[in-house]
Amino acid sequence: MSARLIWRKSLNVTMLSLTGLCALLTVSALFFILGYLMWNGGKDLSWNFFTRLPAPVGELGGGMANAILGSLKLLLLAALIGVPIGLLGGVYLAEFGGRTVPFLVRYTADLLNGVPSIVIGIFAYALVVMPMHHFSTLAGGFALGIMVIPTVLRNTESFLRDVPSSLREGSFALGANKWRMVATVVLPAASRGILTGVLLALARVAGETAPLIFTAFGNRYWSPGWMQPTSSLPVIIYTYATGPYEDWHRQAWAAGLVLLGLVLVTNILVRTFLSGGTSFERS
Amino acid sequence: MATTPNAAAPADLAWNPRALLRRMRGADEIAHLITLIAAATLLLITVLLVYQLWVLSAEARTKFGWSFFVTKTWDPVAGDFGALPFIYGTLVTSFVALALAVPLGVGGAIFLAELAPPKLSSSLTFVSDLLAAVPSVIYGLLGVFLLVPIMRTTVQPALKNTLGFLPLFQGPAYGIGFLTAGIVLAIMIVPFVLSVSREVLLAVARDQREAALALGATKWESTWKVVVPAARIGIFGSVFLALARALGETMAVTMVVGNNPKIAASLFSPGYSIAAVLANEFSEATGNLYLSALIELGLVLFLLTFVLNGLARLLILVTTARGSGVLPT
Repeated sequence: MSARLIWRKSLNVTMLSLTGLCALLTVSALFFILGYLMWNGGKDLSWNFFTRLPAPVGELGGGMANAILGSLKLLLLAALIGVPIGLLGGVYLAEFGGRTVPFLVRYTADLLNGVPSIVIGIFAYALVVMPMHHFSTLAGGFALGIMVIPTVLRNTESFLRDVPSSLREGSFALGANKWRMVATVVLPAASRGILTGVLLALARVAGETAPLIFTAFGNRYWSPGWMQPTSSLPVIIYTYATGPYEDWHRQAWAAGLVLLGLVLVTNILVRTFLSGGTSFERS
Repeated sequence: MATTPNAAAPADLAWNPRALLRRMRGADEIAHLITLIAAATLLLITVLLVYQLWVLSAEARTKFGWSFFVTKTWDPVAGDFGALPFIYGTLVTSFVALALAVPLGVGGAIFLAELAPPKLSSSLTFVSDLLAAVPSVIYGLLGVFLLVPIMRTTVQPALKNTLGFLPLFQGPAYGIGFLTAGIVLAIMIVPFVLSVSREVLLAVARDQREAALALGATKWESTWKVVVPAARIGIFGSVFLALARALGETMAVTMVVGNNPKIAASLFSPGYSIAAVLANEFSEATGNLYLSALIELGLVLFLLTFVLNGLARLLILVTTARGSGVLPT
C-alpha cells in the first residue's frame, strides 16, 4: 500500500469515528441530564411535595401543590384556546383552502412558531394583563394557548393530507356532503396523528417559563378562579433555583425532576404508541 | 350527529331533492366559513402581535431613534436606555453556541445519515428529539448548579493557562458569563442542527454516493466531498434555524449569563441578553418609558428571529426539494 492510500484510509477511519463520537455525545446528554436530576431531586420527592403549599421562608419542608395545580390549570386554558383554533385552521388548510390564503396561513404559522416565547409573553401582557391591571392565570393560559396554535395547525394539516383520497371519494359516492365527509370520515381517520400533535404541543408549553413570568407571575398560595396570579412548576423552578436558600435549591431539583419526568414520559408514550399517524399506510 | 349519512340522505332526497341540495351546500359553506375564521385568527394574532410591539414601543422609538441601537448605557433611574449591551450579549452567546453546536450536530448527523444502520439511526434520532423537548428551565437549573462551578474551578482557569494570550480568555473566572451561557445554549440547539441536517443529508440522492464510491473514494471522501456539499444549503438552513432559537432562548441564558449590561471582549465576563433583560425587568418596570424601551427590545428580538427563520426555511426547502427531485422512486 502506498503512503497516500494509508493516509486516506486512516483519515477515513478517524473522521468516521469522530462523527460517531459526536452522535454519542449528543444523545448521552439526555441520559446525563435525566440521571443527574434523579440523583439530586429524587431524594426530596415525598408525599408532602405533591400535597402541601410552600413553607414560609426559613422553614423546612412544604411542597408545591399549588404550582402543580397552577400548571394544570394553565395547560387546560392553553388547550381550550389553542386546540380548537389550530384544529379548525388545519382542517381549512387541508380540506377547504384555495391557493393564496393557505400559503399565507402556513407561512404565518411557521413564523409564529419561531417567535421567541418571551415575545409571546409581551403580547399576552399587552393584551390581557394591561387591560386587567393585574397578573392572572388567564393571561398565562392565553400566552401558552397562542404557542399551541401553530404546532397543532400544521400537524393537523399534514395528517389530514395523509388520509388517502379514496376515502374521500367513497364518502362522496355514498352521498355525503363535504363537511360530513370531513367530520365523520377524514378527521376520525387522522385522529391518532392529530392527537399526537396536540399532546406534543401541550408537553412543549408545559415546560415554558419565559411567557409566564409576567403573565401568570407566581403565587405562594392557592390561586382561586382564573383571575388571580398563579404559581406554576417552571416558574417556581426558576425562582427557587435563583433564590438564596439551600432548602429552595433542593426543592427546585425535585420540581425539575417532576417537570422533566412529565415532559419526557408524555413524549415517549405519544411518540411510541400514537406515532402511527393515520390508521392507513402512506401510499 | 346520531344518524349515519347514507341512512338519512336517500329518504330526504326522495322528499325534496332540490331543497336538500341547497341545504347541503349551505352546510358546506358554514363549515368552510368556520374553518376559515380559525385560520384567519392565526393571521390576526400575528398581525396583532407585530402591531402591539410597534405601538407599545412608540415612546422609546421616538425618544431614542436609531441611537437606541448604539447606546451603551441602560439606566432605568435616569431614564436613559440603550440596547447595545443586550444585542451584543445575545449575539456573542449565540455565536459561541453555534461554534460548539454546529460541528457536533453536523458530525452526529453524518453518522446517523451515512453510517449508522437504520434501526440505530432512528432510535438515536428519537433520543435527540427527546433532548429537544427538555424544558429550558431544566438546562438553566443544571447550568447554575453544575456547569457554573465546573467552569469557575476547572474550565476557565485551564483556558486561561493555555489560550490566555487571546483577549477572549482573559479576566477573572466568575463561572457565570458569555462562555457558560454559550455552552448551555449549545447543548440546547444541538438536537435541532442534528435532526434537520440528518434529514437534508438523507435527501441527497443515493447514486451520488455510489458514483463516488465507484470512483474509488473512501466512505469519508464520498461523504465529505460529495454528499455534504450537495446538502450544504440545507445544512446552512439548519444552522440558521438553530441560531434563531439560540437568540430567543430565555431562561437558561438568564440563569447563567450574569445579568450585567456590559460589553467586554472576554468570554469570561458576565453579560446580558435581550431575552434575559426582558425576563428580569419586565414585571418590575416602572414608568412608561422603561416599559416601552423593554418592548422595543422585544421588537428587535422578534425581527431578528423573523428574518433568520424565513431564511432558514427557504434554504431547507431548496435543498430537500432539489434532493428529492432526483431521488429514484
